[in-house]
Amino acid sequence: MNFDFSDDEKRLKEEAHGFLNDRCPPKAVRRVLEGELPFDRDLWRGVAELGWTGAAIPEAYGGVGLGHVGLCALAEELGAALAPIPFASSIYLAAEALLLAGTEAQKSRWLPKLATGQLIGTIAVAEGAEARSGKPLATSAEGGRLSGTKLPVADGAYADIAIVAARTAKSPLALYVVELNQPEIDRAPVKTIDPSRGHARLTFRGAKAEPLGSEADGEAILKRLYDRAAILVGFEQVGGASVALDMACNYARERYAFGRPIGSQQAVKHKLADVYCAVELARSNAYWGAWALGADAPELPLAAATARVAGSRAFYVASKENIQVHGGMGFTWEGDCHLYYRRAKHLALMLGAAPEWKEKLVNEIERRNAA
Amino acid sequence: MDFNDSPEEAAFRAEARAFFEKNATRKSGHAAAQRSRADDAANLAAAKDFQRRKAEAGFAAITWPKAFGGRGLPPIMQVIFNQEQASFEVPRGFFEIGLGMCIPTLMKHGTPEHAKRYVPPAVRGDEIWCQLFSEPVGGSDLAGLITRAVRDGDDWVINGQKIWTSGAHYCDFGIIVVRTDPNVAKHEGLTMFFLDMKSPGIEVRRIKQVSGTSNFNEVFFTDVRVPDSQRLGAVGEGWKVSLTTLMNERLAVGEAPAPDFDDIFHLAREVTVEGKPAIADRAMREKLADWYVETQGLKLTKFRTMTALSRSQTPGPEASITKLVSATKLQEIASTGMDLLGEGGSLMEESEVPAAALFQQALLYSPGLRIAGGTDEILRNIIAERVLGLPADMRADKELPFNKIPRGKR
Ligand SMILES: Cc1cc2nc3c(=O)[nH]c(=O)nc-3n(C[C@H](O)[C@H](O)[C@H](O)COP(=O)(O)OP(=O)(O)OC[C@H]3O[C@@H](n4cnc5c(N)ncnc54)[C@H](O)[C@@H]3O)c2cc1C
Repeated sequence: MNFDFSDDEKRLKEEAHGFLNDRCPPKAVRRVLEGELPFDRDLWRGVAELGWTGAAIPEAYGGVGLGHVGLCALAEELGAALAPIPFASSIYLAAEALLLAGTEAQKSRWLPKLATGQLIGTIAVAEGAEARSGKPLATSAEGGRLSGTKLPVADGAYADIAIVAARTAKSPLALYVVELNQPEIDRAPVKTIDPSRGHARLTFRGAKAEPLGSEADGEAILKRLYDRAAILVGFEQVGGASVALDMACNYARERYAFGRPIGSQQAVKHKLADVYCAVELARSNAYWGAWALGADAPELPLAAATARVAGSRAFYVASKENIQVHGGMGFTWEGDCHLYYRRAKHLALMLGAAPEWKEKLVNEIERRNAA
Repeated sequence: MDFNDSPEEAAFRAEARAFFEKNATRKSGHAAAQRSRADDAANLAAAKDFQRRKAEAGFAAITWPKAFGGRGLPPIMQVIFNQEQASFEVPRGFFEIGLGMCIPTLMKHGTPEHAKRYVPPAVRGDEIWCQLFSEPVGGSDLAGLITRAVRDGDDWVINGQKIWTSGAHYCDFGIIVVRTDPNVAKHEGLTMFFLDMKSPGIEVRRIKQVSGTSNFNEVFFTDVRVPDSQRLGAVGEGWKVSLTTLMNERLAVGEAPAPDFDDIFHLAREVTVEGKPAIADRAMREKLADWYVETQGLKLTKFRTMTALSRSQTPGPEASITKLVSATKLQEIASTGMDLLGEGGSLMEESEVPAAALFQQALLYSPGLRIAGGTDEILRNIIAERVLGLPADMRADKELPFNKIPRGKR
């Protein structure tokens, strides 16, 4: 039994922790939140120099070839630090999509630059405030040209390439690699609940697009991609949730009311004990996902949905109760509690909301029981 | 990350599995048989027989030192044994308290002669032990107990009452905490002993539980004489000694019994609600997903504990969440399972109800799991204080001599 990070992975995680403590304090997150910067370019350069962007990209494509379990360890620390950089978009989604479905030429062309952080990638699937429901996409592709609008696209205002989902004559969902610096694409920043992570509206007017994977397989590729990303995001969620819980515990020890620490009141203690349970269960489930990613196990879809549901709940609960424990201070812009609350809800929605993942989870168990 | 056994672990697992294949039947279908915990004479005889075979095969004291008749193996091996056991129908509920809590306390605080006399028969299942801690005045506030022991020559004389004592009606020995000095602060006036349950002056009365069975008892003590040689730890150190027992309790009390996720999942596929399988309902599916996530989370948390054990580290605080999370989950699964059966959901006739009325029975036994071995509230306090480092509750009894502490009417 070896259900924990290895010593090497733990060392990597500790280094990441130290680096982010230094380079990504809440102050840095706030600079992006308050619109001073679209994202933290210095931090992005820093993590790229440390090789994190290339961690799970094979050496043949300019990566470090550390593997996905190592990437999970990094994700937990990035989540804990609320790192305001396009890491998830560029690495868990764009680079992984190319690894999953790209041709040799596509991989050689894009992955080395994504691995060094020189290029930023993202994914564009959503078309407004509506859950995906099997309804055909409005964005369409024909003869290598894309038309339609994607909203919201994480990091869309400054990414260099995007993986775009579009309908074609033959397929309800096909994937494309699109270079975003073309005159046929308009990009406009949009507001979201978490301004520490930039989002944009992308309008394609006959933009050049290159197919990624076969047209017919788009939905299947996207599902695999989201499953894998859900595990990495699951680690970000566990990281963020742990910090929010720590903040709440620290405050509960130090803040006095009625002549005693508020943390000596059971209404506060018991709530935080429940948050602790949620966070630890999410951590265990995330580990399962890490194992499945590392081993490319057949359990991956189930482990992904499990990690996703647990992680989304844990971070949300930890971040909202952190605000509650802080009282009025928790509700101020100046206090840091809201940074976690925003990020928690953002991460819980970015790959599809909890009800969708719960549905996937039960589907998967039914499928396994039928087999 | 992997789930693989080391070569020694794999060998031990194979040995354990072979033992169960030979001495027990594999579980099949619903976990119906697992719940028959009625302690009638037949069940007791079967349990004693199974325990003896376990002892003969070297599985009854896997982690205990060889000097005490154990195998001296690391704790991970016990976990592996339990994992294998989970696939078989085995008698449960008779030896957990004695071997999980009482005997470890005796081994730690008793003399070598005690160990020599009492450990082997307990391991073989010839003698069963119970835990005489809770009293009518309190279980959570264990240190508030009032049963008195007064020194008389080489003996102590005990008067008072214990309650909720599981198995007292068939047990041979018990460990007991009593008050030996009411004039000092409450944690300082306690002392631990062990005693023969057939001592003159002990009366055991069975208590019927919500579930209809009678596994626990009231135990009355009238001038019961216990020799000072049966004292465990120093006079006034009873609280510290009892902490050994309670620490072992947390390891001994494992996951909740069935029904678990698999049972409610299969039920939801079998039964029909408004003309459709219950599992087709969106709200039901969301609940199933939530229970799966919790069930899996608990199982995987145990793997984290195993990893710590196999690296010879002490398990982290994650071990403390199991009972808290699983007892409530059990109660919710039981209640929701019954909801799927409409008006007839309250039927307890095993032949009329899916899963042989497992869900109905669980509705009635699940409340006990939220109380026994530390209530939900006490467990939350433990997590908050010991794991999260939050301050202790404010207490009205602090620094008062025990006999000046306010008491309620119940
Ligand atoms: C099935 C079963 C088997 C048992 N077997 C044994 C046994 O073998 N030996 C033995 O000694 N005991 C045994 N017990 C007793 C068990 O340990 C106690 O019932 C338990 O500790 C609670 O104590 P109590 O019943 O006195 O309830 P109380 O302590 O009076 O608690 C009543 C309620 O008040 C709450 N409460 C109490 N203190 C606090 C606090 N500080 N903060 C917040 N809430 C609080 C409790 O959580 C509970 O909800 C058993 C109990 C059950 C149900």
